[in-house]
Amino acid sequence: MSNMPKVTYIEYNDTAHEVEVPLGLSVMRGAIDNNVPGIDADCGGECACATCHVYIEPEWQDKIGVPEPGSQEASMLSFAAVTQPNSRLSCQLQMREDLDGLVVRMPEGQH
Amino acid sequence: MSQSDARIVIVGAGHAGGSAAAFLRQYGWKGPITLVGEEPIAPYQRPPLSKAWLKGEADAASLALRPDSFYPSSDIALRLATSAVGIDREARAVALSSGETLAYDHLILALGSRARKLSLPGLSLAGVLELRTVAEADQLKAALGPGKRLAVIGGGYIGLEAAASARALGAEAVVIERESRVLARVACPELSAFFQDYHRAKGVEIVVGAAIEALEGVDGHVTGVRLSDGRLIGCDAVLVGVGAAANEELARDAGLACNGGIVVDLAARTADPLIHAIGDCTHRPLPLYESMGRLESVPNALEQAKQAAADLCGRAPPTPEVPWFWSDQYDLRLQIAGLPLGAAETVLRGDPAAAQFAIFHLDADERLLAVEAINATPEFMGGRIMIGKRKKIPGKKLRDMSLSMRDLAA
Ligand SMILES: Cc1cc2nc3c(=O)[nH]c(=O)nc-3n(C[C@H](O)[C@H](O)[C@H](O)COP(=O)(O)OP(=O)(O)OC[C@H]3O[C@@H](n4cnc5c(N)ncnc54)[C@H](O)[C@@H]3O)c2cc1C
Ligand code: FES
Repeated sequence: MSNMPKVTYIEYNDTAHEVEVPLGLSVMRGAIDNNVPGIDADCGGECACATCHVYIEPEWQDKIGVPEPGSQEASMLSFAAVTQPNSRLSCQLQMREDLDGLVVRMPEGQH
Repeated sequence: MSQSDARIVIVGAGHAGGSAAAFLRQYGWKGPITLVGEEPIAPYQRPPLSKAWLKGEADAASLALRPDSFYPSSDIALRLATSAVGIDREARAVALSSGETLAYDHLILALGSRARKLSLPGLSLAGVLELRTVAEADQLKAALGPGKRLAVIGGGYIGLEAAASARALGAEAVVIERESRVLARVACPELSAFFQDYHRAKGVEIVVGAAIEALEGVDGHVTGVRLSDGRLIGCDAVLVGVGAAANEELARDAGLACNGGIVVDLAARTADPLIHAIGDCTHRPLPLYESMGRLESVPNALEQAKQAAADLCGRAPPTPEVPWFWSDQYDLRLQIAGLPLGAAETVLRGDPAAAQFAIFHLDADERLLAVEAINATPEFMGGRIMIGKRKKIPGKKLRDMSLSMRDLAA
């Protein structure tokens, strides 16, 4: 258990939740499985709802990267009310070893 | 009584009931929560049942709404394979199929809906299936594969998705629809035509305007669908997908108002201050349309689960949502926002021949009511925003592809 990667989710009101997310699971699923408020995932990870929107903390931006231009994710995000350059849909981010310690924040209004 | 003693009983452990339990804990509810469900497994997501799950592309863990460990760790008591058989509002207790009674201080009804029944000779033949639960999805999957032929009665979303999944599994599929077009109750004629063409191109036979006389079988197993014009459509299995009806009886028997769904307000309250109702089983206000109706979708189940949880926890109500829905068939993603209630004009944007387009529905004052988008996420997202703002927009602007959806929605 102890070497399972961890992700910290920070709610809009600054409450932080550090949880373990198994490799290969999505960052969205990690939040759902631990009932982290702010990620509802209406569509269950099908990239159809944008209710799993997160901001990547700056120090993780390089590792995570931006959505592929023209992808469904990029298209959904370009309309999310509060999109920033570091916005991602967390259902599209698969947990990897080098993401251990990842920190993401939830946007306003998503709670 | 302080909140930390108040007992919440949730009846119906589906998408709405399971989500309400989770939101109550997110919002800080301290008292006991019991989730009672007829099905033998913890809450799961139904949308994949006709899509990824049916095609064998999803596992049980991804289907589950939450992992099994969530319930004990959140102190939510799960009573599975147990149904509620009566509500005694005076005694504030629910009678269970096990013979026990469960006392409540607050009750949330999340009873869902059930597949509508046909009345036809032959319905009890083996191989005649419905698709509402994971157990039924597994039966359907077992009946599909190369060399098999599935007859789908009813050209709604679930039936069309099942036909597409059957093709992906190498089976043949025929869709039999009573109306003159598939999706007759839920989509505009242009969209119906598009889906019919697409399914036919994928090898699905579509029979519209068909009256069914009987299901026929050999040795107790279905072998065909007999139409009233005498035609026999041979098949190895039949999926009956002719819509869903609200599970409202428990509430109606307890004296709560029902109208094709348990009547609730925007906080998911029934007329009894101790009873909320959420999800597919409700008849709810549709404030954007100054109307009431029943919605069958996951976003609706989640919105009402939040409304009830927020009301019980004394939190501000969630921001009202534009109703929306999605459906996946082959490489098509359909996303619908809004409801075309009172539509006076439809506007096409994009190119159906390229399988990338949207149909907008406007009222007589050019207010956007609904959008149906095929592989057209900007149109869906932009449309959803405009519908929520009750924005007026001329059809000729929507039609003009040189104007971006972002600018139009701004
Ligand atoms: C095959 C299929 C595909 C779908 N695809 C989509 C889609 O792509 N997008 C979308 O938005 N929606 C889709 N839906 C609709 C969506 O799944 C429903 O709107 C959603 O499940 C509603 O949640 P609910 O909790 O209200 O009802 P349900 O999920 O039906 O749950 C109700 C539960 O209550 C239980 N119950 C009923 N009566 C009692 C009782 N007396 N005692 C105890 N338990 C009881 C039932 O057994 C059931 O488990 C689909 C549905 C199906 C069946
Ligand atoms: S969960 Fe719906 S878009 Fe990510």
